[in-house]
Amino acid sequence: MSAAQKAPDAPPAPADGTAPQAEAGRIGTGPGRLLLSLYGVFTVAALSRSIVQLSTKFHEAPLAYVLSGVAGVVYAVITFALWRGGEAARKVALVSCSAELVGVVTVGILTIVDSSAFPDQTVWSDFGIGYVFLPVLLPVSGLLWLRRSARSGREALPQQAGGE
Amino acid sequence: MLDWAVISVTVLALLLAAWCGWAAYRDSPTKDKHFVGMAVVTLAVLVQFVVAVAQLIRGDRPDGGMAVFLAYLVGALCTIPAAAAMSLVERTRWGSAIVAAGGVILAVLELRLHEVWGAGHG
Repeated sequence: MSAAQKAPDAPPAPADGTAPQAEAGRIGTGPGRLLLSLYGVFTVAALSRSIVQLSTKFHEAPLAYVLSGVAGVVYAVITFALWRGGEAARKVALVSCSAELVGVVTVGILTIVDSSAFPDQTVWSDFGIGYVFLPVLLPVSGLLWLRRSARSGREALPQQAGGE
Repeated sequence: MLDWAVISVTVLALLLAAWCGWAAYRDSPTKDKHFVGMAVVTLAVLVQFVVAVAQLIRGDRPDGGMAVFLAYLVGALCTIPAAAAMSLVERTRWGSAIVAAGGVILAVLELRLHEVWGAGHG
């Protein structure tokens, strides 16, 4: 808790031996903070969408609306894990991002092959076309980032250069 | 009336997104001038909020439902301040990228706000 709170003020990666350990848990800083922000937005978007749909017109497309709710919960878990940081949170985020990717791809294929299964739009319909494809881009960049932050945490000196 | 507010906010939001996106590209964190920009955009969203509430009080009703309209209205109001707060703790290029993303998200919210309000209104 205290480490996660202090992290923003601390200068990044001092050259002493304590840096790698501290760095390993920092999945919510740098590019991670951009991901954290985007996941936060998607949590709010997906959850509020499903709440409105479930409460006003549940019977029109129950599967689609429940799915929006599930997507919202997955987003919430990832947002919290990124914010929390640490190795356990990184594993939770990895599993959730994988589940998210499987979900987007499955629903994306289903909505194209058999559109009758989803009579109303969800966040994951057509690979997230209604959300500028961010639903499919987010888990991919999330997984890449989580892998990279784990690698840089394990190495003695976290060298991030040359990534651009 | 609300149309003008939506158009102004959308243009300002996209300008802010481009400006902060440029800062992120140049590997620069958000600076004071960027925060002035965020304040300007937030002010425009506040004006829009007041205009929308005035229209609702006058008796106009959004086509897409009151709850959804209010949700987008409040969401639009929170977007840039939230991005600003995130970029304050993230003093790297990624802080600028967050504000750029916030600008794009605000523009999308404005588009949805316009849809939910409906074309039949002034």
